[in-house]
Amino acid sequence: MPRVTFTANIQRHVDCPPVDVSGGTVRAVLDQVFAQNPRARSYVLDDQGALRHHMQVFVGGAQLRDRAGLSDEVPAGAEVYVMQALSGG
Amino acid sequence: MSETFLVATKKGLFTVRQGREKRWTISRRQFLGDHTALVSSDPRSGWWYVCFEHGHFGPKILRSKDEGETWEEIRKPEYPPKPEGVKDVDPMRGTDIPWSVQRVWALECGTVRTPGRLWLGCIPGGLFRSDDGGDSWELVRSLWDHPDRKRWMGGGADLPGIHSIVVDPSDDKHVLVAVSCGGVWRTRDEGQSWNVSSKGLIARFLPPEQQGDEVLQDPHRMVQCDARPEVLWIQHHNGIFHSTDNARSWHEIPHAGPSTFGFGVAAHPKDGNTAWFIPAQKDEHRIPVGGRVVVTRTRDGGKTFEELRSGLPQQDAYDLVYRHAFDVDESGERLAFGSTTGSLYASNDGGDGWQCIGEHLPPVDAVRFV
Repeated sequence: MPRVTFTANIQRHVDCPPVDVSGGTVRAVLDQVFAQNPRARSYVLDDQGALRHHMQVFVGGAQLRDRAGLSDEVPAGAEVYVMQALSGG
Repeated sequence: MSETFLVATKKGLFTVRQGREKRWTISRRQFLGDHTALVSSDPRSGWWYVCFEHGHFGPKILRSKDEGETWEEIRKPEYPPKPEGVKDVDPMRGTDIPWSVQRVWALECGTVRTPGRLWLGCIPGGLFRSDDGGDSWELVRSLWDHPDRKRWMGGGADLPGIHSIVVDPSDDKHVLVAVSCGGVWRTRDEGQSWNVSSKGLIARFLPPEQQGDEVLQDPHRMVQCDARPEVLWIQHHNGIFHSTDNARSWHEIPHAGPSTFGFGVAAHPKDGNTAWFIPAQKDEHRIPVGGRVVVTRTRDGGKTFEELRSGLPQQDAYDLVYRHAFDVDESGERLAFGSTTGSLYASNDGGDGWQCIGEHLPPVDAVRFV
């Protein structure tokens, strides 16, 4: 099963421990994560379900390509990291 | 008379209380390091609301039921799914309007007759309503789907937004909202239908034949006299405007001290002839005239203005006061404002004299008496 790990910076707003979930795409994986942890959803996705502008997701070390549809494949056993983009002030 | 106000800044929320000898001091610092962009309170419930701009994680709303001792995150308003094939483009920039809350830009409550009723305005131009104190929200589709909404355009912000909401104290169904840039809009049926109410506003940033277009106006802030709801004031991009007929018409006030450009305006809650403004030089010079901070006050419905400077910096001061960073309490005697350069001032006497509370705070986004 893919393992999803969140940036440490999100933790002070909403608790997001690493979680093992099933699913073959980033969308399917994150849907499962947010079904268990609904408050975390709006920290990562916008109202239309796209990845927030200043967030980034890595799947097996590769950056997410489909930021709107989250259709990138997630191989079984892959590590998924939900990270902040390098931005802010 | 209020003895407490909240200050939302780029780097945290500050509570300011009045102590001995009427001195204002910062009594509490919360959320240090986080951008608190707007603060509001509901006098019916006593609940406080603070709206965050987490750069990475998006806008969030926290609510306190114990005057700021503890806070809980409440549900954020969300746009419905954008239908396939719908074209929604900012006419000024040609960029797509995201159907996603970018920033909560206004949060106001109804009257005692509608407990739990909140109205929330946001960038990009959505108005949301809650009837349960913010536990749930619904997009006001009648305004979002109005054909003229797609003519709204970004101004200083890249996208259009609703920054001012005025609920008629005598009629909860009657609500006015002001949009940058989209003019003033009115509903008389609790948001089921809307009409533009910007007659008389002038947009000098447009070609001459379009300057009177009611939908393309850029009000920076709109406020109302509580005791005389037919009296409203607008600090507009191109000057100060006044209405004495409940926004059916607006009249320009051509002179008001050193300048009529600015963002903040406060209406006296009891006296319909009194209002305060904090001018900047002009739109392309957003600094106090001559580096001297001034509050202007009219007591005769805009015919004449006083320049109030006692206690305010009069040399090398480059403070700009944002639209939500100026407030008056329910007595009309206490005022407070904060600036982009982190200065904070309050007055106990209607602006005659000012006390400096801080000069090194983070940039101030919003000030609200509670």
